[in-house]
Amino acid sequence: MLPENLRDQAVALAAEEFDSEALEGGKLDRGELTLWIAASKIASVCGFLKYDQKFVRLSSVTAVDRYPAEPRFEVVYHLHSVERNQRLRLKCRISGAEPEIESVTPVWRGANWYEREVFDLFGIRFLKHPDLRRIMLPDEWEGHPLRKDYPVTGSRV
Amino acid sequence: MSETGIPGQLTAEIEGEQAETGAPSGPRRMVLNMGPQHPSTHGVLRLKVELDGENIMKCDPDIGYLHTGIEKEFEVKTYQQAVTLTDRVDYLAPLSNNLGYCLAVEKLLGLEIPPQAQWMRVMLTELTRLNSHLVWLGTHALDIGAMSVFLYCFREREDILRIFEMFSGQRMMTSYFRIGGLALEPPRGWQQRVKKFIGVFPNRVDEYEDLLTNNPIWIGRTQGVGAIPLEDMLDLGVTGPMLRAAGLKTDARKDAPYTSYDQFDFEVPTRTENDVYARYQVRIEEMRQSVRIVNQALEGMPVGPWKADAPHVVLPDREKMKTQMEALIYHFKIVTEGFRVPEGEVYQVIESPRGELGFYVVSDGTSHPYRIHMRTPSFGNLQATSKMVVGTLIADLIASIGSMDFVLGDTDR
Repeated sequence: MLPENLRDQAVALAAEEFDSEALEGGKLDRGELTLWIAASKIASVCGFLKYDQKFVRLSSVTAVDRYPAEPRFEVVYHLHSVERNQRLRLKCRISGAEPEIESVTPVWRGANWYEREVFDLFGIRFLKHPDLRRIMLPDEWEGHPLRKDYPVTGSRV
Repeated sequence: MSETGIPGQLTAEIEGEQAETGAPSGPRRMVLNMGPQHPSTHGVLRLKVELDGENIMKCDPDIGYLHTGIEKEFEVKTYQQAVTLTDRVDYLAPLSNNLGYCLAVEKLLGLEIPPQAQWMRVMLTELTRLNSHLVWLGTHALDIGAMSVFLYCFREREDILRIFEMFSGQRMMTSYFRIGGLALEPPRGWQQRVKKFIGVFPNRVDEYEDLLTNNPIWIGRTQGVGAIPLEDMLDLGVTGPMLRAAGLKTDARKDAPYTSYDQFDFEVPTRTENDVYARYQVRIEEMRQSVRIVNQALEGMPVGPWKADAPHVVLPDREKMKTQMEALIYHFKIVTEGFRVPEGEVYQVIESPRGELGFYVVSDGTSHPYRIHMRTPSFGNLQATSKMVVGTLIADLIASIGSMDFVLGDTDR
């Protein structure tokens, strides 16, 4: 459901009209618009925003670990429309038990490396990703450093 | 690491090896490992290039050799300490990184920055753009074979680094912008120093142009090389001068002005040729525009405070700290435990010399950032390497990747 104070946001309204079940909420904070999207619908919503709402650029994909809360991870997408001169943040909550979400590489090819980075550092799997392997760390590395339960210092025993 | 080759050396076909280990995928193919120690990759980029004769059939950039876990380290620093980490990401444009980070945190805090600090930030960020473009121009020309440009560019860069040293005490890792304003009062006599440099600099740009712009070898090596269709660039996340050389007029300084860029008069140069030469022209013109901005900052620099009026965030003056109890308490609290930042999240985008630099800062209300993600321009731009070079000749590879102007620290973080 869209909060009342976002009724004047054209993108939010369009997204609600496109798929009201996918839109779980949103907020306008410090001038930045955030929409919560159901994780299972992310690829179709992104496709709609790119082709119908002119968000031709995907600025970045990243994640936030809310450990020990559940659902543990938030996957964050920053979209940019050059034509509308507008930015938009999409967020999805996913569980910590088996974190996975559909890839948006079919929508923006540029998501490829960003999703690989999130996979590498958070251990979130992106389904239907064409080339999901580590990007920063060596292939044989154990663990995912940006998770909150991964220590900052110390050596392996 | 590939098991089939020593970096930088030719690797012949090896039977039984599959494509993912770096072996060629066809009988006439050969895999060339360029980097991670190759001089023209400017750092530790490794390109796995598959060749058929001189034609590039496949190119797989391998990054991460300079990954230092900076995003993790942010989480154990206080907000003010974390400024020093941002220097070390894109080490050719430290002040741009400082600026992006400080703006993001200031947005979370809701801080009002006094005009002098804002203008000073604009001026120094533009000098940083000059600094970064000079290193790019010098090394890019050196890669292509024009040795003397490198020496000229580094002569001017030295002047800029001396100006940074005058302001902050540091040549490269400046950390001069702090949350709430500047780290130190602008030094006495800075106007003369900057004026002297910026007075001669346009002539120096003319010198570089004399050496390159109409040089037949330069033109032959760069024109018509390294094109990527604009739609592909947008799709792949390319930003900055590369987009502008393809005809798209986009620049965060104009589209979403920050730190009073809207009070300055400057142009956003574009070209439509979309090749290595056009990227060169765009960056040269950007240098001239940066000179315009610095000149305006010199003439109209506002007077007044250089840090925000926010005692819970900004360290008190030394004198006050020694004489007033309240200032001493604030000083102690800021230094020992840092200041708390209200809960929330912001994504602050600035135009770094390389393109779109975004800071995504998440705060949980404590004195340490909960999560900081840097959307760095080099990472996005480098993703287009394969699109740019596949189907071209190996001899053009150096010119093509040089025109991207990436910094590996910026890519790997």
